[in-house]
Amino acid sequence: MVLHNSLPETSERPEEMPGIGIGQGIAIGPVIRMPDPLPEPAETASVLAVDAEGVRAAEAMTWVAADLLARGEKAGGAAREVLEAQSMMAEDPTVSEDVSVRLQRGVTAERAVFEAFAGFREMLTDLGGYMAERAADLDDVSLRVIARLSGLPAPGVPDPDYPFILVAQDLAPADTALLNLDKVLGLITRDGGPTSHTAILAREKSIVAIVGTPDAARLRDGDEVIVDAANGVVVRKPTTAQKGEAQARIAARAALAQAPIGPGRLKDGTPMPLLANLGSADGAAKAAALGAEGVGLFRTEFLFLDSALAPTIVEQQEQYERMLHAFPGKKVVVRALDAGADKPLAFLNDTHEENPALGLRGLRALRASEDILREQLTALANADAATDADVWVMAPMVATVEETEYFVALSRELGLKTAGVMVEVPSAALLAHHILQHADFASIGTNDLTQYTMAADRMLGSVAALQDPWHPAVLRLVAEVGTAGRALGKPVGVCGEAAADPLLAVVLVGLGATSLSMSAAALAEVRTTLANFTLEQARRLAELALAAADAASARRAVAAQAAEYLT
Amino acid sequence: MLERTVTIGSTHGLHARPAKLFSQAVGASGLPVTITKTGGKPVNAASILGVISLGINHGDEVTLATEGDNAETVLDTLVDLLLTDHDE
Repeated sequence: MVLHNSLPETSERPEEMPGIGIGQGIAIGPVIRMPDPLPEPAETASVLAVDAEGVRAAEAMTWVAADLLARGEKAGGAAREVLEAQSMMAEDPTVSEDVSVRLQRGVTAERAVFEAFAGFREMLTDLGGYMAERAADLDDVSLRVIARLSGLPAPGVPDPDYPFILVAQDLAPADTALLNLDKVLGLITRDGGPTSHTAILAREKSIVAIVGTPDAARLRDGDEVIVDAANGVVVRKPTTAQKGEAQARIAARAALAQAPIGPGRLKDGTPMPLLANLGSADGAAKAAALGAEGVGLFRTEFLFLDSALAPTIVEQQEQYERMLHAFPGKKVVVRALDAGADKPLAFLNDTHEENPALGLRGLRALRASEDILREQLTALANADAATDADVWVMAPMVATVEETEYFVALSRELGLKTAGVMVEVPSAALLAHHILQHADFASIGTNDLTQYTMAADRMLGSVAALQDPWHPAVLRLVAEVGTAGRALGKPVGVCGEAAADPLLAVVLVGLGATSLSMSAAALAEVRTTLANFTLEQARRLAELALAAADAASARRAVAAQAAEYLT
Repeated sequence: MLERTVTIGSTHGLHARPAKLFSQAVGASGLPVTITKTGGKPVNAASILGVISLGINHGDEVTLATEGDNAETVLDTLVDLLLTDHDE
């Protein structure tokens, strides 16, 4: 008897789900879905007696306290301290009393617990500083107790004991930070564009990821999927042949990572320094090990996020020095605090804006609170003096020549030798020849430059198709900056994620970029690709891209000519 | 009722970690202990959120009160905890 003929064909057929691939990776494994966030418990009358609700609340709080304690023992280290404190909050006697009082109203235990924790949360926020930073810990405890009461899985990132592909609507930065990278093979989100913070974090941690995949809503726990980021597609229930091909590509990429590490250069020997984008001092050692020749974008927001107050000069200087020590004698480009839009900071952006991406953000916000900018530049100048790294500083979101003059003058006044600007606003790209007469260098942020050129919100999945740095309109602006830099002899770096796309990196070099900065994980592939082309060839590829009518044809034309050069 | 008044030693006051260590010790003692910030209302010292809610900073003066067997020893231990700088 031939069994396989009788199997139903339909359930075996692979299904392809298009999305936006992050990086060039590929992964294969079983799906686990992130639990959806719990809604606020409704203010409804309980069908149970007050005492019965009291018993339910007490049971849930005790259970969560024990669960958090057990998780703390498993985690160890600093996480253990936090989890132990959370465990105590879960069965805090003051909260228990407050819950009992609220239950007298006849509400459900879920509602009473929600209100009680919300009350303490407000108290913590009002205290400010260190206490306010504990509010998120308390929120997590509250959610856990409510989940236990509702018989739902606890919120947060799943942590099974086997490798898996995580599927979520979107991930908060806190979620991605907690991902156990030994277990997460890949990441699929329904929402989010290619430059959303989920995507940036995925790149930084080299997680194979596909974002903006609406079909992912149909994926179920246990489904086997291929996450093909290079081709921007999720394959559900792949065939044996597809699986074999995926395994071969995974092996080939692992081999690439073993390729010798050296300074970036073109085929004709032209040096093309390859730098790393870093979000904190923690990734510095890893980036240096992967061959980063310095740092092209050091984001300083991490020092400020979640703080009610700006950190002191001494606190900042410590963090800067930690990172600078990893790059002795190397260039480190530090971006001044870039707050506003998707990264609001309590002490900088306190007014509501209808359209924050076009509002008081970046250098505009810093100028409005100049003391914070002065402190940051002072801390950087001190850190520069105390280490051997070559510190460059740049301003985010510069739109005018006057802003450039302001920032460069202030940086010099506070003792920084090299000061430049980021080119993220089309006006700055169009006036690059004026701007570069004042700035020591320019660094092109392709994510925001694309957002502002295409008028497409980088956080919005529904316009993600417009968020394509291959678009000739974006590339023409890059060319303006490259031409100005060449004419004036000033360096022009690219530090957006466009530099991490190997073929686009070649085009950017052809447009006049003098260094490329990217997530450390992308360095190996970009280094290998650059070595295949001469500067002349890169310039020819750039011309082809500039001449195209849209992103897709630019990509096609460049890929076809590049293939010809390679044969 | 036995009382002791002490000055907080931790650099950042009684925030998460020192508050946790303190409330844990109170819980372990088995005695009902209250903590009062000078001029304020007493709160249950075994409640980490109650302790945090006092917003006690470095150098603030607080009063501990308890009664029962071992009250003397328990207060000695707790006072030691409050005098130590846990943020070093």
